[in-house]
Amino acid sequence: MIRDITIGQYYPADSVLHRLDPRVKLVGTLTFLISLFLFNNLIGYVIAGLFLATMIKISKVPFSFIVRGLKTIVILMLFTVVFNLFLTDGTVLWQWKFIKITIEGIQTAIFMALRLTFLIIGSSLMTLTTTPNQLTDGLETGLAPLKKLHFPVHEISMMMSIALRFIPILLEETDKIMKAQQARGADFEEGKLMERVKALVPMLVPLFVSAFHRANDLAMAMEARCYRGGEGRTRMKPLKYSKRDGMAYLCLVAYLVVLVATTRLWMLFVA
Amino acid sequence: MKKMIESKNLVFEYIRRDEEGNVDGIIRAVDGVTLDIQPGDFVAILGHNGSGKSTIAKQINAILEPTEGYLYVDGKDVSDHDKLWEVRQTAGMVFQNPDNQIIASVVEEDVAFGPENLGVPTEDIWVRVEEALRAVGMLEYRTHSPNKLSGGQKQRVAIAGIMAMKPKCIVLDEPTAMLDPNGRKEVIKTLHELNAKENVTVLLITHYMDEVIGADRVIVMDEGKIVMQGTPREVFSQVEKLKSYRLDVPQVTELAWELKKAGMPLPNGILTVEEFTEALKQCQ
Repeated sequence: MIRDITIGQYYPADSVLHRLDPRVKLVGTLTFLISLFLFNNLIGYVIAGLFLATMIKISKVPFSFIVRGLKTIVILMLFTVVFNLFLTDGTVLWQWKFIKITIEGIQTAIFMALRLTFLIIGSSLMTLTTTPNQLTDGLETGLAPLKKLHFPVHEISMMMSIALRFIPILLEETDKIMKAQQARGADFEEGKLMERVKALVPMLVPLFVSAFHRANDLAMAMEARCYRGGEGRTRMKPLKYSKRDGMAYLCLVAYLVVLVATTRLWMLFVA
Repeated sequence: MKKMIESKNLVFEYIRRDEEGNVDGIIRAVDGVTLDIQPGDFVAILGHNGSGKSTIAKQINAILEPTEGYLYVDGKDVSDHDKLWEVRQTAGMVFQNPDNQIIASVVEEDVAFGPENLGVPTEDIWVRVEEALRAVGMLEYRTHSPNKLSGGQKQRVAIAGIMAMKPKCIVLDEPTAMLDPNGRKEVIKTLHELNAKENVTVLLITHYMDEVIGADRVIVMDEGKIVMQGTPREVFSQVEKLKSYRLDVPQVTELAWELKKAGMPLPNGILTVEEFTEALKQCQ
């Protein structure tokens, strides 16, 4: 199950999308997600779908790899589809007692499913083409204006990057503790749900204790290396916009204009 | 010549408090230590667990403030809060656990962490990172993830991270305690190279006797006090005294000492296998 989650995973490849400035990708993804809620007709989905397909093509990430990320939301998707299918009022197409399917129902069900798919694929495309480090860098520089509102931008991005560094270490540690407890007769695999949850306690307690020890050590090591917050820090790899990034922004604006214009025109003339 | 590390009657007390915050007990971790370390020295501090050696290291890096006495690092008082960052830059510190002191997910970015904090311009950071990684022999791993390195390699990255801040002195608090024998050798070799080539003062805190042999001077601590001081040969000549502080001597030294006790005419303070074989040949 955990292996199926492609959201948040990085897929190394050499593509224009990979080389883009993370800020562009952040803004781009956000714009794309918002744009999905700007329309409610067929042509809008066609344009958004085309845009997304082009991006996938450019990214050089295999389509099958991206689709795997959808597995995790299958249940959520089923719920939305079923609810929309049976509970929308309109022209009745088929009825059995109180259950009915309407044309409008089918339409909203399909549209909702598409919208969800686009949302997931759109956001996973960003994480697939951006390393976690670039992402935190992008967030820090991208959100820098919020510092004026006393929002701890640097602190949050520092916490994110440290968390990313320690995920594999803590996973390894969990594994070690589990094996140590199993060697002493702990059973994590059998029993009822409540029993299994209870069995996790002797694993979680040492994990938490060691995580706090690590945090303490790390804080001391950071202070010893003169860390004193974001103030006056320089960067080894500062983010710089290149020509490519400007072009990407232009493409994004073009997409928005085309999307809004066509969907509005469609509403005027077709519907 | 200005002294690198100088202290007089240094005292540090840990105050233990009960739940209401009343003083429950005071532990004197460091008790009247007087240190005098010259620039370019390679000094080893030996001691059993709880002998106060780690506390001294933390005081040199201004993580802990002396309770009594004074401690100067390159002429800067560690109790002076305005000089805090200067002290930490002058005396870099490497800790025991290699995993818990690497901050970034890429080797070169971790080495850059110190210079970034100091506000070094971007181009200079690149130069410093390259120099530091080359000095510890880890240049080829610059784009690797620290998680994939061995313990000895991680510790060398941690040393590079300190070297990139251009310190005059490195304090290492049991840097090899969590490493395998190969990793330990790697780290100690790196330290000797840095000491010889870059002329960095090294203060190595350890309880492994073998690591002490190459040092210019050895300081033995017990219960917060300095109990022995001198060259490795001088210190290891006094096997019985060392044992009374629950410390061992290197294996060869011990063997030579036992043989001498049994009546062989061997000199005192043999430190290496080569010396020992040489001395044995002379006996025949």
